[in-house]
Amino acid sequence: MSAGFADRLYLPGGGPVHTLPPVCKLVAVLAFTVVVVATPREHLAAFGGYLVLLLAVAAVARVPPGFLARRLLIEVPFLAFALALPFFAHGERVDVLGLSLSAEGLWGAWNIVAKGTLGVLASLLLAATTRPHLILGALRSLGMPGILVQIAGLMLRYFEVIAAELDRMRIARESRGFQARHLGHARVVAQSAGALFIRAYERGERVHLAMLSRGYTGAMPPLGTDGERGGAVPWLIALSLPAAALAVAVAGWLPVR
Amino acid sequence: MHAPDGFIVGPIALAAGAVAVGGVAVAVPRARRQLDERAAPMAGLVAAFVFAAQMLNFPVAGGTSGHLLGGALAAILVGPYAGLLAVAIVLLVQALVFADGGLTALGVNVTTMALVTVVVAYPLFRLLVRTLPVSRASVTAAAFVSALVSVPASALAFVLLFAVGGAVDIPLGTFTAAMGGVHVLIGIGEGLITAAAVAAVVAVRPDLVYGARGLDLRAAAPLRGGEAAGAA
Repeated sequence: MSAGFADRLYLPGGGPVHTLPPVCKLVAVLAFTVVVVATPREHLAAFGGYLVLLLAVAAVARVPPGFLARRLLIEVPFLAFALALPFFAHGERVDVLGLSLSAEGLWGAWNIVAKGTLGVLASLLLAATTRPHLILGALRSLGMPGILVQIAGLMLRYFEVIAAELDRMRIARESRGFQARHLGHARVVAQSAGALFIRAYERGERVHLAMLSRGYTGAMPPLGTDGERGGAVPWLIALSLPAAALAVAVAGWLPVR
Repeated sequence: MHAPDGFIVGPIALAAGAVAVGGVAVAVPRARRQLDERAAPMAGLVAAFVFAAQMLNFPVAGGTSGHLLGGALAAILVGPYAGLLAVAIVLLVQALVFADGGLTALGVNVTTMALVTVVVAYPLFRLLVRTLPVSRASVTAAAFVSALVSVPASALAFVLLFAVGGAVDIPLGTFTAAMGGVHVLIGIGEGLITAAAVAAVVAVRPDLVYGARGLDLRAAAPLRGGEAAGAA
């Protein structure tokens, strides 16, 4: 709940990946992820190739591997799920270290871990090199309805404020000697959520009036990057990632000599 | 519960994406009609609230902790359409800006965590509020039940997607039972938090609880000091 939460994934920098137009990066990451997800799980080498590609992008973007590794923790709940699969899935059993495991389950677990991890890494690289509001601008360029972009933008802008309110409530609770220790204490924490909603709602009303008094008529004034389409060169650079991934995938299809 | 990439096969993930887009497309004009030109700031701030409320952790048992999904809470407080938009936007931003949940699984996540929770919780909440006697206790009870049910419903929707397009063939009965059982427990936590949060709002600003509109709750019970929780 610390300040700067919304920017925590963004690593300020002026590298070649940072300066690419956000819309190019967004499309590239999406296309890359689609290629990864569409790759048959038996093509083990292809997944290694994808990882090498992402690490190469990280190196060019000067995103340290340690940063990526720490943020991969977000995947842990699904790793637990994947680990359970070999024990439950149908199909023929194989013996691994004395355990009877389902071969199908092992493949399934590998499929989830490999594709999930590559997807998170690709998203992390996008988030680490692109400011959040520019990602939203890229969505606008791609044709997402303005109202949704506005909602997302206002959410990002006020999230810090709302989270800081929550933190002040926590400090107020703790300075009165309260600490949540068991489920019965959830009621007190939940009442904070109720109070937080009232504060957020009333802030929304004030924000709306402030916007009106500054001439808001239902559309936000365009940002510098809104509607940016990107030139041919940035597109070529950005799309080299999914293109390389596609090449790796196709190489996996070719018969082994 | 944020599904990562590769969990559900491509065609089913695409279909879930189409369902999610359809749900959002239905919600946008209706949220606009409800909130008129306040739609963007109000839904934006409610989305920020849902995101922040998801960070409220409470200890469950054995060192594990639970947190709110928020679909039922948002729908009860601001209505099903604005609530759906707020939760869907939270999931979109989490996937794009926080790398939480796969980009190709966004449709799956919006369908199970925003669409299903709202579509299950809100009608159930309205039904309970209409059938129970008009009182703040009824609103609290209705919030508890609808939020509780919304969590296993969301899990079962996920099981359904997994059964049709899961990357693995697993015994469906066992999987359904396990997911359902775990999520009933999670749902109890969700229900408690949602009920207490709605009760706190009803005690102070009953006019803000969209799902309880048309009920005269002021006369139903006097405001007690400790219940406002606005003191912090």
